[in-house]
Amino acid sequence: MDKRILAVLGIAALAAVPQFGLGNYHLHLLITVLIWGFVYTSWSVMGRFGMVSLGHGAFLGVGGYVVTMLWNSFGLTPWVGIPIAIVLSMTMALLVGYPCFRFRIVGHYFALVTLALGEVVRLTIVGLRDQTGGSLGMTVEGVPGGTSFLALQFGERATFFYLALIVWAAGLWVWRMVDRSMLRYALEASSEDEDAAASVGVNVTRAKLMITMLSAGMTTIGGALYAQYQMYINPETISGIGISLQIVFAVIAGGLFTQLGPTVGAMFTLLLAETLRVTFGHDIHGLDGTIYGLLLVLFIIYMPKGITGSIAAGLVRRRGAPGAAPAAATH
Amino acid sequence: MTGDVMLEVRRVSAGYGSFRALFDVSLEVRAGEAVGVIGPNGAGKTTLLRVISKIIAPSSGEVVMEGTPLGPVPAHRVVEMGIAHVPEHRRLFPRLTVEENLRMGAFHPEARKRFRERLDFVYELFPRMKERRDQMAGTMSGGEQQMCAIGRGLMSGPKLLLMDEPSAGLAPVIVQQVFGLVKRIRAEGYTVLIVEQNIQQVLQVVDRAYLLEVGTIKQSGSSAELLASPEIRRAYLGL
Amino acid sequence: MFDTFLLESIINGILLGGVLALLALGLNLVFGVIDVVWICYAELVMIGMYTIWWLFVFYGLPLPVAIGAGIAVVALLGVLLHILVIQPVLGTAPINQLLVTGGVLFFLQAAATLVFGIEFRNLGVRMPVVEFGDMFFSFARILAFATALVGVLLLWLFLTRSYLGTAIRAISQDREIMPLMGVDPRRIYLITSAIGGGMAGVAASLLVLQYDVHPAIGLSFGPITFMVCVMGGLGNMLGGFVAAFVFAQFISVGGYFFQIEWGYVIAFAFFIAMMFIRPKGLFSR
Repeated sequence: MDKRILAVLGIAALAAVPQFGLGNYHLHLLITVLIWGFVYTSWSVMGRFGMVSLGHGAFLGVGGYVVTMLWNSFGLTPWVGIPIAIVLSMTMALLVGYPCFRFRIVGHYFALVTLALGEVVRLTIVGLRDQTGGSLGMTVEGVPGGTSFLALQFGERATFFYLALIVWAAGLWVWRMVDRSMLRYALEASSEDEDAAASVGVNVTRAKLMITMLSAGMTTIGGALYAQYQMYINPETISGIGISLQIVFAVIAGGLFTQLGPTVGAMFTLLLAETLRVTFGHDIHGLDGTIYGLLLVLFIIYMPKGITGSIAAGLVRRRGAPGAAPAAATH
Repeated sequence: MTGDVMLEVRRVSAGYGSFRALFDVSLEVRAGEAVGVIGPNGAGKTTLLRVISKIIAPSSGEVVMEGTPLGPVPAHRVVEMGIAHVPEHRRLFPRLTVEENLRMGAFHPEARKRFRERLDFVYELFPRMKERRDQMAGTMSGGEQQMCAIGRGLMSGPKLLLMDEPSAGLAPVIVQQVFGLVKRIRAEGYTVLIVEQNIQQVLQVVDRAYLLEVGTIKQSGSSAELLASPEIRRAYLGL
Repeated sequence: MFDTFLLESIINGILLGGVLALLALGLNLVFGVIDVVWICYAELVMIGMYTIWWLFVFYGLPLPVAIGAGIAVVALLGVLLHILVIQPVLGTAPINQLLVTGGVLFFLQAAATLVFGIEFRNLGVRMPVVEFGDMFFSFARILAFATALVGVLLLWLFLTRSYLGTAIRAISQDREIMPLMGVDPRRIYLITSAIGGGMAGVAASLLVLQYDVHPAIGLSFGPITFMVCVMGGLGNMLGGFVAAFVFAQFISVGGYFFQIEWGYVIAFAFFIAMMFIRPKGLFSR
């Protein structure tokens, strides 16, 4: 079947979900999966080419805080605030990315440099406590009645669900565009052998910068969306190392190299965390997190390809098997 | 003057992944001998030495040192059996000093006890190394690095010295010097197994040699015999 | 006009630099030898702080004994981390190696919450304040600085004078030929992990004298430790040592002029700026 038809059908099916009378809790879970699925997809746009950022919290933070501060202080609509935040994030990505890619800072180095970027943003938010409320966090000022298109606030959860669905689908579309673009070949060549790629005329630095800025911009939208949905943000949950690591985990868990991998990762990590929280979290503080951490470690050791990657590998093996069977029968 | 069989390689096959580099190779080295393994690039010479010092495991066959099969011996214990391997491209620790490199050669407990004595010996053999003792090994010339690499091998107090392409990547004048070094090592009474592409030169310093081509031994004999062999003269010496 | 408070900040920065240097050195050692970054390094320190607190306050052991035990526990933790977590992922994609210790970070944080709760704990030991002219310095900081320097010196002696130390430096330069030297790399990895853990334990003993311990404390100095290592050049110990003092000055003096977070922000911004100038670290070779 044509994949495009499949995609349209899938999204249509998802769009119909709120009509089935889901409770608020389940709708909330779905929205959360969509928002984080989008953020994780944004990360994987660059992560899949070996650029492992441990600092995407920086872009989430800019998205959440810039948009909220502009709205709270100046009444500037998020429709303008988000583009401003995106420009800011992309500038940051450019400033940090350029020396990294120009001077071939890769692997562990790159990860730690991006981690520093995340910290700069988090500490800036804390330091600007007069404007941001510091570590106590910040509440998005609600509009009377709870719903305003201009304020990007929707009292009705179902409406927000559609917004998140559109953004998420757009994220997948961008992922696909990158997957099909020349950039991909340039970057894959460069992750194999940067010198060889450069020698055949691929401008590696520029290709990497473009993809990084794209990823940063998308993540910024994710941060703003999260703030608009939760109506509350705080520097630890939006820009801390915890969230930056969480992004990478979820993508690895779901699968780094498949289109739906990051979304599967969002589903998996959210369900796991929710199950553990509901099962253990109320009685014994910290038990859910302990098990979660342990599972993450085991997961990376025993399932390094992630869920979708492992399923794909399993399918290839199964498809290979019938072909091998007749050959074996001739003996 | 040669004694009992020291090292025996019995029908060894080895490779990397699905690639086979050695097929059924057998050879022996007697105490006091200098033996060469000659052959073109890619013939499996380095692989052979790597099998002997257990950097890689053979897929079949075995290596026996003074009657002890090396199969069950862990790689880092081979040096204690009296086998020192001077690897291809010297492989010094570039950011350790010359003396620290030599100290690494004497890492195993038995060798540590005699570190001073052997250090003096190496410095006597290569006075240049004594001058450069505090210099970073990576900053020395190729010839000096080769001295240091051989010295590092000697620090373990070996009975058998494996040398992998000691002349590789060196200028012709230095190559002469390096083969001079090999002669001196021989004169000190060490048993040597040397792998070389520089056939003309190596046949001047070894007693006998094996010709290895695409992973199999094609010919063997005394240096004089091989130098006289029509195939070798035609294919390798350009005569 | 001479500013006593500024001088006090500068000196406090130097004192802080000692502890940062110790932390960075342990992490750097592990990275240089095993080629893996322990993202959970600061959490090992946190466990060390809790161990000392628990043995001292709860069990009533004398402080030196508690500290000794704390260091041993973290050293052992380093070895366990290597055997249980690092060994299985050696040779897999670098991203997995980074993440697996990130998972340990989550695990240790949550486990500390589970066992010790989220309350802030302290030893309740009052350290005297040293007065010098118009300036005041905490004795704990001076002690920490002195101990850190001694620790760094001892490590340096070990790495340069002993066979094992030389092997530890050698293995980061050429892994493959180590068996030819009679060195078992796995043993070196274990020893290095123990030393790296031990350094975290020493740092824990110095920090627990100055600060309250809580499950998230690692996040307050973990990132800065990574920055110090990167700026010094990962695996380059001298570089890490100098970078620690540079960073500490930024934090301390920056914190004097502004608020403490701004000190950190300036330090991190400086770090990113340095990436343009010295992309492979201050003392890249």
